[in-house]
Amino acid sequence: MEATLANEKIEVNEQGYLLDMDQWHEGIARAIAAEEGIELTNRHFEVVNFLRKEQKNGTSLSIRKIGKSGVVDIKEFYELFPEGPLKKASRIAGIAKPASCI
Amino acid sequence: MKNLVILGAGSAGTMMANHLSKRFRKNDWTITVVDIHGKHYYQPGFLFLPFGIYGEEDCFKSKTNYLPKSVQYIQTGIVEIKANDRKVVLVGGKNLNYDILIIATGARIAPEEVEGMKGTEWHKSVFDFYTFEGAKNLRNKLRDWEGGKLVVHITEMPIKCPVAPLEFAFLADWHFQKKGMRDKVEIKYVTPMDGAFTKPKAASKLGHFLEDKNINLVPDFAIAKVDNENKKIISWDNKEVDFDLLVTVPTNMGDDVIMRSGLGDDLNFVPTNKHTLQSEEYEDIFVIGDATNVPTSKAGSVAHFEAEILTDNILRYIDGEPLLESFDGHANCFVETGFNKAMLIDFNYETEPLQGVFPFKGIGPMKLLEENRVNHWAKLGFRWVYWNMLMKGKKILFITPQMQLAGKELPTKELEEEKFVAV
Repeated sequence: MEATLANEKIEVNEQGYLLDMDQWHEGIARAIAAEEGIELTNRHFEVVNFLRKEQKNGTSLSIRKIGKSGVVDIKEFYELFPEGPLKKASRIAGIAKPASCI
Repeated sequence: MKNLVILGAGSAGTMMANHLSKRFRKNDWTITVVDIHGKHYYQPGFLFLPFGIYGEEDCFKSKTNYLPKSVQYIQTGIVEIKANDRKVVLVGGKNLNYDILIIATGARIAPEEVEGMKGTEWHKSVFDFYTFEGAKNLRNKLRDWEGGKLVVHITEMPIKCPVAPLEFAFLADWHFQKKGMRDKVEIKYVTPMDGAFTKPKAASKLGHFLEDKNINLVPDFAIAKVDNENKKIISWDNKEVDFDLLVTVPTNMGDDVIMRSGLGDDLNFVPTNKHTLQSEEYEDIFVIGDATNVPTSKAGSVAHFEAEILTDNILRYIDGEPLLESFDGHANCFVETGFNKAMLIDFNYETEPLQGVFPFKGIGPMKLLEENRVNHWAKLGFRWVYWNMLMKGKKILFITPQMQLAGKELPTKELEEEKFVAV
């Protein structure tokens, strides 16, 4: 389905996650963050850019892994993206939701 | 004479040894297989062992029974892969030189990654069922457990067989009903993801399952530690879940030899081309099964589909031909739902599990994303197929390495694209 984010038509899935991470830019991140009730700072973008880099490498992400990354510790990750930081940060980063096989 | 070395004789390594020994001319290549363990475990059995559906003897056979006679088998540990020198250092100091290396060292549970998980309650009231020991000890525990709070828990993704914890919860519900003590057991399903079913089609079709079976869902739970004294798990944002019996799937990691050799990511999985199965770093190293970092399920069916494609690619590599980019992430998994029923799911990198029938369009007899008895009996029959067909490298008729769309109910958009292609 299509969503209008930052005045652009973007393909997203039923849960509002971008289907193509290459359609992403900072304006889209801000628009999604606003829906999640988050105002993005530079610190948020450092985390978001790290997630995008990891996704490009094909690695699957977990909170523990992000905590070990040196980019952000787990406490701050929860402060930046309260309640379900991984799924919120992933959506803002324009990457797929962390998922199981079904 | 050239040397091909396979590290690991689990599902993936055994299948590769059988495929390649049939395809290689004996005078050109020596195949050597290294594995420290003598027993080949049938890991799907670990789901059934705790409930007494399978006995211990149903869960393993000797590795050597399934390796072809023409391969050299060395049962020892591996110290290090020296990829730049094209050699493998074995415990005891022996070196194996290789022209081609296949890494099939699998994945293991790493409970030590979470504070307190491997603490004083480990295998007393905190269990895994991803090892033979764990499944066996859990069976012994369940035999005289009087009930209480059962917590089924996933630590973090990726894990082997991602549906196994859900199946465990379903089978537990059935088990305690059969024992006439379901009213004494509260079952919670605790996951770091936002639901038990995370893919849209499965979520809409199967969402009712947990409610029907009276299993309480605790989503978005990222575990920080296990409190052994007070028997609770605590998340990073200080949520707490009490347990009397915790059945957890710990962090899954690749083998330590991958770390010692500097070949892995931070979970010791080897960066691997997801379509060719060649190592991203060394062209003479190929990776298969749970050892890779490819973004599909870690499952025996995946290793089986990969093995057919990797066999072709190794022959192409030897002949200097371009590799086939044909692995599509195909996985095909049974999901036991209890009461002698099961579901079947079939998916790949691009296509989420959909409804339909399998393997024959319009006929089935197995049903996708829907529980029935045929699926369950097929799952039980699968053990015979595993040992007698898959491990020996025999093809299963009508089931192709690449996922097929025939028989699946496609969402409208994909259906239109299909029609367009057909025209």
